[in-house]
Amino acid sequence: MCLAVPGKIVSMSGDDPWARTAKVSFGGAIKDVSLAFLPDVNVDDYVIVHAGFALSQIDEKEALLIFEDLSKLAAGLDGDGESPA
Amino acid sequence: MKFIDEYRDPVAAQRWLAAIHGLVTRPWTLMEVCGGQTHAILKYGIDELLPREVTLLHGPGCPVCVTPLEKIDRALALASRPNVIFCSFGDMLRVPGTDRDLLAVKAAGGDVRIVYSPLDALKVALENPDKQVVFFAVGFETTAPGNAMAVYQARRAGLENFSVLVSHVLVPPALEAILGSPSCRVQGFLAAGHVCAVMGYTEYLPIAARYKVPIVVTGFEPLDLLQGIYLSVKQLEEGRAEVENQYSRVVTKQGNRQAQSIVTEVFCIVDRAWRGIGVIPGSGLGLRDAYAGFDAERRFDLSEVGPRPEPAECIAGLVLQGLKKPHECDAFGRRCTPEHPLGATMVSSEGACAAYYRHRRVAAGQEGAR
Amino acid sequence: MSQAKDFAPSCPAPIAQYPQVLLAHGGGGRLMHQLIERVFLSAFSNPLLDTGHDAAVLEVGAARIAFTTDSYVVRPLFFPGGTIGTLAVNGTVNDLAMAGARPLALSAGFIIEEGLAVETLQRVVASMQAAAVEAGVAIVTGDTKVVDRGKGDGVFINTAGVGVVEHGLRIAPASVRAGDAVILSGDIGRHGMAIMAVREGLQFESAIESDCAPLSAPVLDLVSSGVDVHCLRDITRGGLASALNEIAGSAKVGMTIDERPVPVREDVRGACEILGFDPMYVANEGRFIVFAPEHQADRVVEVLRRHPVSGDACVIGRLTLERPGLVVVRSILGATRVLDMLSGEQLPRIC
Repeated sequence: MCLAVPGKIVSMSGDDPWARTAKVSFGGAIKDVSLAFLPDVNVDDYVIVHAGFALSQIDEKEALLIFEDLSKLAAGLDGDGESPA
Repeated sequence: MKFIDEYRDPVAAQRWLAAIHGLVTRPWTLMEVCGGQTHAILKYGIDELLPREVTLLHGPGCPVCVTPLEKIDRALALASRPNVIFCSFGDMLRVPGTDRDLLAVKAAGGDVRIVYSPLDALKVALENPDKQVVFFAVGFETTAPGNAMAVYQARRAGLENFSVLVSHVLVPPALEAILGSPSCRVQGFLAAGHVCAVMGYTEYLPIAARYKVPIVVTGFEPLDLLQGIYLSVKQLEEGRAEVENQYSRVVTKQGNRQAQSIVTEVFCIVDRAWRGIGVIPGSGLGLRDAYAGFDAERRFDLSEVGPRPEPAECIAGLVLQGLKKPHECDAFGRRCTPEHPLGATMVSSEGACAAYYRHRRVAAGQEGAR
Repeated sequence: MSQAKDFAPSCPAPIAQYPQVLLAHGGGGRLMHQLIERVFLSAFSNPLLDTGHDAAVLEVGAARIAFTTDSYVVRPLFFPGGTIGTLAVNGTVNDLAMAGARPLALSAGFIIEEGLAVETLQRVVASMQAAAVEAGVAIVTGDTKVVDRGKGDGVFINTAGVGVVEHGLRIAPASVRAGDAVILSGDIGRHGMAIMAVREGLQFESAIESDCAPLSAPVLDLVSSGVDVHCLRDITRGGLASALNEIAGSAKVGMTIDERPVPVREDVRGACEILGFDPMYVANEGRFIVFAPEHQADRVVEVLRRHPVSGDACVIGRLTLERPGLVVVRSILGATRVLDMLSGEQLPRIC
């Protein structure tokens, strides 16, 4: 369930927090999105969007962790001689 | 596309797979809760590439599949009324009720419209003041904030021609129902990442502790799923049962407070019937008294749509609980196909049966049934 | 296909066979094919019809005449990159091209809804003439009808086309062979997402334009280049996946496709992601597939790439003897799955 897609905020408008919206770009396809649940985001931030609402701002540092973890794993595996399937 | 393509990198995926293969020493059974995760697993073939010891069961995270028959029939009854514009997410259009689906109602002349966001349904209401607009508010916790916002804004605007047919369900009670079943084989869960983006993951701590199962909050791209599986298997191999957050680029422990607050403002927790499973106490959301005026089930007389008997042993229910796989159903691929679905799990694009049917394994003999 | 009363009573109540035609029956997917088989093919059956290709090729004396028809019911009438009129002209020209025919002439029948602005009709017609000029055809005959307000979507257009086959190849599903290469002419998904962008309630603001275009030039270049073209199929409703399934079904061959080289523009991908669409099933109007002997695959790509409309041509797969009728696709991770035909139309989803 819960198809939610990452996109980049291109512009924002509206003063009333519940009514704030943004134009969010998904690879160049731009859609109007409600920012009611993310009062602190700015232009150029990446957000996850579900059914027209931005639900979460993507933490760009955390986003790299999976690749760092993979490097650490590789370092560990090389020594053990475990063979992948 | 940033934050999508990196997580589909085949080289990194192979490395995660190698890590899982290197880690596993015994059979383990995991369940991914969310239908979107099931869809991705089958689309990329992750279940085929995992070591044989790791079994993935597909959970009931498909709100379309678990919406009770009676609720679907009420939706059909409303959509058939001449003065009603019935708005729904596209997911619900082909879910079978007792004898029809919303597409058939549309074919017969009902004004059924697909919306992308609940706010679009509000717009329809504003643009059509002499019609009643009913929005089918279906979903898990991910969709609840948006649906709540639509009702909240309708009340603020004093809209009189807008109402919602609510069928919201919650994940943690469903997990407990699955874990509490004597035939439960699930040893670890991949929790639904977008549900947790809204709710955080504190609700899973007591569940992991009580039932001693690892619960890993997992995303939806191949690398997310593989890392989530890796972390779950690692916990099982090491005898741990903790809640971990794989999807940390999107999910925080507390979740989204603003989103939670609008849900609490508009909805309250109620008992809900799950199609194929039965009533799970405290497993759903209903409108609070202050918003009861927007409840379509109160505004319209739907008494002719009474409770429908849920079949005693519906295979869709067994599939939803991970107790059977779709291809173990006698009707799968023969009498039950996406063109002529017998149950909701075959209709919903991410119901387990439909996902199996669309991405079904090449080698298996079931192709002969076509 | 009859849903007899033989399912276990414990299953939830089944949907009866749809007694009324649904929109999904027009979606290019399995429901549409079932309707065609059950109602039209069974009534009209004859050898030419049963070849199951985009155009019928009639032998008239020494000449081979290609003949096809298509109807256009798209809403909205105007969308980025085209109109219902450009679709009508190019769609029929392309059906002729898929038989390897040089298009000669088109007919145009109009079913106009009462109340349509004449200026709107003029805009549609002007776009048709422009498309006809670009495709090198003339609209030589036509028909006009008007229906009551509410009985038509502004205007419906039917076009029929005749062309001439000036080579000796038999371009049809029956000509494909196991081992043939499958070549795709370019990026997919533009037309369907351009339409979605304009339709009520699902609006995008970037300019995803339809890929609607005539395909005769690259096709005629191909057939005169010495390539032994076995079959051609243009991709329309139902997308690449449906076109591949149609050929696999008609020709009773298996097909193995690699997802990785299939080009999709980034904004089309973004639009698909947000609506939950799979680009493999999204409509196109200016793309086609070539089935040719493996050893000529590179030549096909080279010829196609000389033309802007097929500038991104690439090999995407191969025909096989195994699993006839099934299209198998290799995912980016290396696993394989069946790429089935859709049952109806793809619907936007939030789940």
